[in-house]
Amino acid sequence: MQTFQRSVTVNGERFERTVEPRLLLSDFLRHELGLTGTHVGCEHGICGACSVLFDGQPARSCLMFAAQAHEHEIVTVEGLGTIENLHPVQQAFREAHGLQCGFCTPGILTTVTAFLERNPNPDENEIREAISGNLCRCTGYQHIVDAVKLAAKKLQAQE
Amino acid sequence: MDRKYIGKRVVRNEDPRLLTGQAQFVDDVQFPGMLHAAFLRSEYAHARVLKVDVSKAREYPGVVAVFTAEDMGRDWFPGPPLVSPPPTVKDVIFHSRRQVPLVKDKVRHAGEAVAVVIAESRYIAEDAAEQIEVEYEPLEVVLDLEKALAADSPRVHDDLESNLAAQLFQKKGDYEAARKEAEVVIKRRIVIERGAAAAMENRGIVAQWDAKGRHLTVWDTTQAPIPIRNGLAARLGLSESQVRVIAPFIGGGFGPKIMMFYPEEMLIPWVAMKLNRPVKWIEDRRENFYATTQERGQVHDVEIALDRDGRILGIKDDFIHDTGAYDPYGLTIPINTQCHVMGGYDIKNFSSEFRVAFTNRIIATPVRGAGRPQGIFVIERMLDLAARELGMDAAEIRRRNLIQPHAFPYQHEIVDQAFAPLVLDSGNYPAVLDKALEMIGYEKFVKEEQPRLRKEGKYVGIAVAPFIETTGIGPYEGARVTVETSGRVNVATGIGTQGQGHFTSFAQVVAEQIGIKVSDVRVTTGDTSEFHWGTGTFASRGAVVAGNAVHAASSIVRGKILKLASKVLGAPEAELELEDGQVRIADIPQKSVSLGELAALANPLRGAVEPGTEPGLESTAYFGPQYGATAFGTHAMIVETDPETMMVKIRRYVVAEDCGTVLNPLILEGQIHGGVSMGLGNSYYEKLHYDENGQLLNASFADYLLVSSTEMPRIEVGHLETPSPLNELGTKGVGEAGAIPVPALFAQAVQNALHDRDFEILEMPLSPNGLFELLNKETE
Ligand code: FES
Ligand code: FES
Repeated sequence: MQTFQRSVTVNGERFERTVEPRLLLSDFLRHELGLTGTHVGCEHGICGACSVLFDGQPARSCLMFAAQAHEHEIVTVEGLGTIENLHPVQQAFREAHGLQCGFCTPGILTTVTAFLERNPNPDENEIREAISGNLCRCTGYQHIVDAVKLAAKKLQAQE
Repeated sequence: MDRKYIGKRVVRNEDPRLLTGQAQFVDDVQFPGMLHAAFLRSEYAHARVLKVDVSKAREYPGVVAVFTAEDMGRDWFPGPPLVSPPPTVKDVIFHSRRQVPLVKDKVRHAGEAVAVVIAESRYIAEDAAEQIEVEYEPLEVVLDLEKALAADSPRVHDDLESNLAAQLFQKKGDYEAARKEAEVVIKRRIVIERGAAAAMENRGIVAQWDAKGRHLTVWDTTQAPIPIRNGLAARLGLSESQVRVIAPFIGGGFGPKIMMFYPEEMLIPWVAMKLNRPVKWIEDRRENFYATTQERGQVHDVEIALDRDGRILGIKDDFIHDTGAYDPYGLTIPINTQCHVMGGYDIKNFSSEFRVAFTNRIIATPVRGAGRPQGIFVIERMLDLAARELGMDAAEIRRRNLIQPHAFPYQHEIVDQAFAPLVLDSGNYPAVLDKALEMIGYEKFVKEEQPRLRKEGKYVGIAVAPFIETTGIGPYEGARVTVETSGRVNVATGIGTQGQGHFTSFAQVVAEQIGIKVSDVRVTTGDTSEFHWGTGTFASRGAVVAGNAVHAASSIVRGKILKLASKVLGAPEAELELEDGQVRIADIPQKSVSLGELAALANPLRGAVEPGTEPGLESTAYFGPQYGATAFGTHAMIVETDPETMMVKIRRYVVAEDCGTVLNPLILEGQIHGGVSMGLGNSYYEKLHYDENGQLLNASFADYLLVSSTEMPRIEVGHLETPSPLNELGTKGVGEAGAIPVPALFAQAVQNALHDRDFEILEMPLSPNGLFELLNKETE
């Protein structure tokens, strides 16, 4: 099979890899780079678990090919914060219990991080709208919404 | 009792890993040289398999092996029953037919696995699976539940005389006599269809065989790692200690992740041993719709008899339950339904017979609620009809019938899913009902707001639905609690965790006994090498059964700590207190010794150990309840319906819940929110559409609609606590509670909102479309 030489920046680190044209970006991140924080729940673009930041915008990595990421910048959940030093959005999710099984969480965190940059002071409806493309089977979304509100406060306090 | 850690809104120990992408899920397990599996699944729901030709697939570049039922030789045999057949109940019929690793002669549901391809990558395995050629002889498909049980129906299992899988009759009192006394008798047919559990993580298995060490390690998205380990060992001819099953972080369970076995769960370890290479299989979403179990399908013929004051004199409910192609889970679901038809009401006369039908649908096993929502839907709908008939208020008819606080323990006189007498242990049901009514402002809404809004032309409705949840059944769970020399505490238990926060709530239970920070307690669940006695996470039993085992073990460890510290500090045990990882003399706090030092002293490297003592500050303990603890709750909601578009907007949603002692309100509320969202799905969004050929028409998230953040209302939760007398912590389960009364509540609310329309909701799930059809059918 034909392959491509591709270079992509993920969480600030540059990777050069040879990829098959059909390799999904989600599989590339998870299995080639070992960044397994990005989850796949449907592989058909609905659940949002695989969302990453693609040049700063939330994008579904299951709907893209790795080859398309050539010379682009990607941020995955691993790029937000660390166990010792959680990102304010991650911290807020912990305090507000915005996760249960945590499977949907990485996609929600990336989506929410970009959203709060665009809209630092959202109301409840805007938050619900913003995360409506991310399915969560555990939480009923309420604590997620609370977490986003709390995250907005934390980020504003930081400024 | 004054508690320091239990009952507090403690943030979770497991979150930092989950939030940073560092938590290991099954699909994250990676090995060099790992192979990948893909299954060829039947397109037909019912067909004879005439020929399977895998020759092209075997030659496909990158393919290592292809297996069919034939290739398995003597290793091919059906799975064991997961729940043992009913032993003692009189006149029970039960035909056990279990799923097979790969189809041999006949396909019994669409999606059943016919062959497995093992290749260097998942991509290749899927390509090669397409190269397999199967010759089928399609058979007539069995779907309709009544027709399935008719004498002339085609049979799902040829060796049985009919599609009757099981039958059970249970009664209390004398329904026929009660009916004669009744002023009002109402009879209806109620139909409930299937939905999916749809955990965000699909199933998956990784198996690694160490040929030299003769040891098998399996990572499995299971809710019950210990039974899987024991079963695998038996199947593969290994001793149990040669098999380690790890259920790592699991992306949601909700019931279907407990099976014995899923075909893939049996096959992947078998293949790994055969090929002596690590093998991974990860289900995709479409497979999840076709190969992971589902639930809810039932048809009820129910009759309720009441006196003029709205008191229930008796209920008769005969129903058919759809078990799908096989029945590995025994009678759990239909018995749960039977047990919940009486709800939390004082009902003296009850008669119920269920029949379980084999059909060409996917296997049914419990999904969050497990038969209970059907039972509650049936009784609550009938009460609504009775209230209408009697011109009575919806809340009032319920209040009149609830079991009173002095009547506990209350005997329902039938058996429950564990074949133990159904006894409701404790509670104050009317207080919970009142709490829900007060929270939603029932009186005021009905008397003032609703009439005003109706005048404005708004279709607003209110509903209230009480329910019981039988939880926390046996047989038992265990836990080992160890104080380490670091001063931290290690806890191991056998159940698995799928997001319920056990890493934190169990740590709180330990902290309460031992006086240590919750974050200093490390909990392991779901790894058979850490703890290998137990059954699993089901029936909302984690916090009850495993929680109490953790409590029992930590109490013993506390005793050991006190005994040793008393020696070290030279003070009687009664004068000691455990706090901040230290044991102190209460009156002289500067005289203290740390838990770490005590742990070191308890495990000396030299010197003599007194006879009869055990080393270390450790204990393993078990808890098995006498019978299940029953939680009680009441949901209430206010909706606004648009009679043109049939969109239902939920304006308020309140939950009053009594599940005994609350370990962590934050986690509890999260469980309820999640349950309600699934219940709303079961009410208005999530229906699995099977066509007449037994194919699913909506096997993707684009077509099968899960509730998203914009449909979910904000939920207000109120707690009451009636500790269960059946265990020391006083806990009752809550994992499934949120989902149980929602369809009943939803139907009542929509019916109340569209008060001027002549129609009856007697089915679930509905949809805007379904509601539209229902309204137009009635007015035609
Ligand atoms: S996995 Fe990409 S949207 Fe579901
Ligand atoms: S936390 Fe489990 S799916 Fe969202």
